[in-house]
Amino acid sequence: MTTQRKSMLTSAIVNRAVKDSFLKLNPLTMMRNPVMFVVEVGTLVVLLMTIFPGYFGTEGRVGFNLTVFLILLFTVLFANFAEALAEGRGKAQADSLKKSKQDITANKVTGTAIKQVSSSELRKGDIVLVSEGEMIPGDGEIIEGLASVDESAITGESAPVIKEAGGDFSSVTGGTRVVSDQIKVRIMSDPGESFIDRMISLVEGAKRQKTPNELALNTLLTSLTLIFLIVVVTLAPIAKYVGVELDIPVLIALLVCLIPTTIGGLLSAIGIAGMDRVTQFNVLAMSGKAVEAAGDINTMILDKTGTVTYGNRMASDFLPVKGTSIEELGQWAALSSAKDETPEGRSVLELMKTRQLSFPSQLAENAAVIPFTAETRMSGLDLPDGRKVRKGAVDAVKKWVASQGGTVPSDLDSTGEGVAVLGGTPLAVAVDNRIYGIIYLKDTVKPGMQERFEQLRRMGIKTIMCTGDNPLTAATIAREAGVDDFVAESKPEDKIALIRREQAAGSLVAMTGDGTNDAPALAQADVGLAMNSGTVAAKEAANMIDLDSDPSKIIEVVAIGKQLLMTRGALTTFSIANDIAKYFAIIPAMFMLAIPQMDTLNIMKLGSPSSAILSALIFNAVIIPLLIPLAMRGVAYKPMSASKLLSKNLLIYGLGGVIAPFIGIKLIDLLVHVWI
Amino acid sequence: MDILQMIIVIGVLVLLVKPLGTYVYHVYSDEPNRTDRIFGGTERFIYRIIGLKSRDGMTWKKYALSFLLTNIALVAISYLLLRLQGALPGNPNKIGAMEETLSFNTVISFITNTNLQHYSGETGLSYFSQMAVIMMMMFTSAATGFSVAIAFIRGITSRGSTIGNFFSDFVKSHTRIFLPLALLITLVLVGLHVPQTLQPTVTATTLEGATQSIAIGPVASLESIKHLGTNGGGFFGVNSAHPFENPNPLTNVIEILSMWALPASLPYVYGRFAGNRKQGWVVFSAMMTLFLVFLATVYTAEVNGNPVLNNLGVDASQGSMEGKEVRFGMAQSALFTAVTTAATTGTVNNMHDTLTPLGGMVPLAEMMLNVVFGGKGVGLVNMLMYAILGVFIAGLMVGRTPEFLGRKIEPREMKLIAIAILVHPFIILAPTAIAFLTDLGQGAITNPGFHGISQVLYEYTSSAANNGSGFEGLADNTPFWNITTGLVMLFGRYISMIAMLAVAGSLVRKQPVPETMGTFRTDNVLFAGILVGTVVIVGALTFLPAVVLGPIAEHLTIR
Repeated sequence: MTTQRKSMLTSAIVNRAVKDSFLKLNPLTMMRNPVMFVVEVGTLVVLLMTIFPGYFGTEGRVGFNLTVFLILLFTVLFANFAEALAEGRGKAQADSLKKSKQDITANKVTGTAIKQVSSSELRKGDIVLVSEGEMIPGDGEIIEGLASVDESAITGESAPVIKEAGGDFSSVTGGTRVVSDQIKVRIMSDPGESFIDRMISLVEGAKRQKTPNELALNTLLTSLTLIFLIVVVTLAPIAKYVGVELDIPVLIALLVCLIPTTIGGLLSAIGIAGMDRVTQFNVLAMSGKAVEAAGDINTMILDKTGTVTYGNRMASDFLPVKGTSIEELGQWAALSSAKDETPEGRSVLELMKTRQLSFPSQLAENAAVIPFTAETRMSGLDLPDGRKVRKGAVDAVKKWVASQGGTVPSDLDSTGEGVAVLGGTPLAVAVDNRIYGIIYLKDTVKPGMQERFEQLRRMGIKTIMCTGDNPLTAATIAREAGVDDFVAESKPEDKIALIRREQAAGSLVAMTGDGTNDAPALAQADVGLAMNSGTVAAKEAANMIDLDSDPSKIIEVVAIGKQLLMTRGALTTFSIANDIAKYFAIIPAMFMLAIPQMDTLNIMKLGSPSSAILSALIFNAVIIPLLIPLAMRGVAYKPMSASKLLSKNLLIYGLGGVIAPFIGIKLIDLLVHVWI
Repeated sequence: MDILQMIIVIGVLVLLVKPLGTYVYHVYSDEPNRTDRIFGGTERFIYRIIGLKSRDGMTWKKYALSFLLTNIALVAISYLLLRLQGALPGNPNKIGAMEETLSFNTVISFITNTNLQHYSGETGLSYFSQMAVIMMMMFTSAATGFSVAIAFIRGITSRGSTIGNFFSDFVKSHTRIFLPLALLITLVLVGLHVPQTLQPTVTATTLEGATQSIAIGPVASLESIKHLGTNGGGFFGVNSAHPFENPNPLTNVIEILSMWALPASLPYVYGRFAGNRKQGWVVFSAMMTLFLVFLATVYTAEVNGNPVLNNLGVDASQGSMEGKEVRFGMAQSALFTAVTTAATTGTVNNMHDTLTPLGGMVPLAEMMLNVVFGGKGVGLVNMLMYAILGVFIAGLMVGRTPEFLGRKIEPREMKLIAIAILVHPFIILAPTAIAFLTDLGQGAITNPGFHGISQVLYEYTSSAANNGSGFEGLADNTPFWNITTGLVMLFGRYISMIAMLAVAGSLVRKQPVPETMGTFRTDNVLFAGILVGTVVIVGALTFLPAVVLGPIAEHLTIR
């Protein structure tokens, strides 16, 4: 991840957010947020009463009413500011993306001729030629050639990546630059539907739809608002019966304090900031729903190679057969790998170094290289003196030796199987008709994976590893990495069957994938994370794309999803718990003039009725900006069991929500009471 | 001694929960069991008569429609009987037809299990009406409430598309629960000198030579179902304070337990259905916690007596005995008051109007919450609604979208719950405000000032919570009160019942999410705390401003 996307709050973003918070006062925009809309209507009513005191008969209360109006106005502005600020980062990022979307001249291949057209005229199926230094005009797949492509505009990663025709690394994205060579690309998207277009609209939040959980929470907040509206509206006639006349601004103040303005004002900011945290993590979520679903995951399906292990098999030991020394075996193993540029080959030479073994490297100088092929399943050297050195799959080497009249050492098979049981791959080493022993290739589990699976287990998430390996190998890696379950010898179809099975049992399933044959499974999974390096089909099927193409990131995405939901719950609880203190501030204040004995309920000993009401109102307003950092950053999350998490959060946000306003209102009152 | 009396009654109740709950669970679990042999025959006979061919499960819509139509039919029949009672047999005291708005109010009052009585039984109803209308509805309304609660439990604990068969539940509620228990309690009460006769009013000559009419009738049978069905409508105007309804402390305890035991055992039934008894005990302990707070409040307030009288030098050692029966004393009166409004029965053994202000606030608050055990089924359903609400708010804090018993709480459920939580304060506060805005409403208040607010608030709260106890002191037999309270009772019962059945219908279709380490648990002490917190903050604070102007202001001003 680069710093480009990390740019936090710049003054430009803040300035824009301030401006936006005024623009958002437009009642049509406000209506989407019923809680804050009620506050805005209340603000207008108090404004009218302040401007035309004669009409409402409120001449004596202009100062108080003006103050109430200003506090209410700021309550609305603070809520708007929170939302605008959360949107700001996305907008700034969208702007920089738009720059890479400028019109590009494309070399369209029509028949045999090449025509220069604007990229906006390209349609699905068109073929273009892109040369060194040119921008790729649209999303597509390479149908010819190989090139290194600078994708920093999207991924923020400055090192170019290699893309080639055929296979899982053939997809290219419009707006990225070819830094070497030339490729022929078949365009796969129409204008306006390209990856960058989607990315812009996602980070900008233009098409942000409320998630089911947000909708449900909104329903709750709206009904609480309605309940308190009923409470406040019916209070006036009841109070009048016992001779208590309640001013409208006081009733509005009570209403605004009771309705859940804190969460109402911060709700959309929490959602946007949650999406933004995913984006900063260089993962592109197609919807907020996907991020929330990530928090709900019960089962995670992981590919062994690339996610759990590095995938490269590294030589970790030499196991000579009876009658051969380890030096002898090492010498021939090293010779067979001397000109082998594969990671396996290099790891053999590495192992020689760490074991401080040496070999006659001059022998390899004029030797003929025999590369690995799928048929022979061996590689090695033909030395100038006629000796043939080979290493390869055990059965292939056995056959090769036998064909030259050699005998297979009796302990070879048992040694080979021993390696397989441990999850390794045995490579036999032979020279002409003699087998010297076995190189133990080990698939190494990425460091730290064990702890992470342990964390997932504590979060209540089951991990299932999928691998094409045989059951023995799979079991060993599974044990070593600490996954809960594994599927060996799995084919792509198995993955989708596995997802369906888990889903039928009620689980929500997450998986990662990059190949075209992963696409159906990615679509079936509740959270499908596709690698940006993967095929277009995989990326379209998934609901998240990892721009860094690191499959193990799915684990962090889950944590971000949980954090988003927790933040929402914590602030809702806090907001609702605040009501207790506000009641104790406002209720006695409202009735104290007519019923002096009400002072008994004034347990905070607030200075005067007016200062009590204003203090509660001010607390209600300033708590919003005070909580903006929390809403943007999310509440701290460490993997632990639900019960512990709940006790902890309930203590902080529930009990804290009950106590904090008592202290806050009292402190504000000490200041306010100086004037009234 | 007072406290020991209360502890013993509560102890007996707690001991009854498990056996009674187990029995109720077997009645509705629809699995064959031993009791089938006793009741199966009668039930099959009833099913044949009513033409019930299939006892398959119903979708929530069908279930709701079935119970609504059944109730509508009962309302129509009862209304006709009341209007025609003068011409019908079983009327030795020659009582005439009931007035239209009063008939409307009475019928709605009894079908909704409220039993708000704007009439006086001894002069307003014939024996036939007492039995064919009042007692019949006492059975059917209780059975309806019980059936709906069971259907709701099935919805949130099972998977499929149906929540049981209303007619089968309704019949079984009668044959296996209310009729046998009512029979038993009736016989016990008769043994304890509660009258059960069809003889007309007795005329006696007093020692001074004056004539006195002593009303009697089939009291014991009504008394038993009145409590068992958490109905509360008395045979006599003064209800269970009357020596024929509730002659001694033993009958008082029997009445307390018979109205309390079934609602208190329902959480256990729910735990059985959920396959995790702890779930039920958590709900039970949340209810009991709230109950004990309320009981302590009313008892302390009454024991401390009325400050105004105390200041006049009246002996305060007895507490405030105004409006209480000497044969019950302080503990039995306070306990009765706390239980009758907790279980929303509405039967009274003392005048709630003469409770001290804080003492009077307790029955008011219990009805406002309507979750502290609650009436037939309604209390549990409401408490589970708060449980879902609590899960929704606090559940997010474990980093998962909220799920209750493994079922996700989504916008549809929240909308339906929103309706239910909105209706209750609306139908209490809006009519109260209207009553104070109009002369029709204000005119009925006999005790102006803060107490007047309590009187009006109590009347509508009692109607909305389907409790039916009266603060009395309100001249409420007028078309204004008959119609408004009638409507409040109607909305109070059916809107939330239908909304909660819809919630059950929606949850029953959901694939339960398996329980893991990451699951929000609803079967531990912490959740009982969350539940109480949700009830207090969402349910109770709503009514605080109104309560402050009523009982609290009264309390503060008479100190």
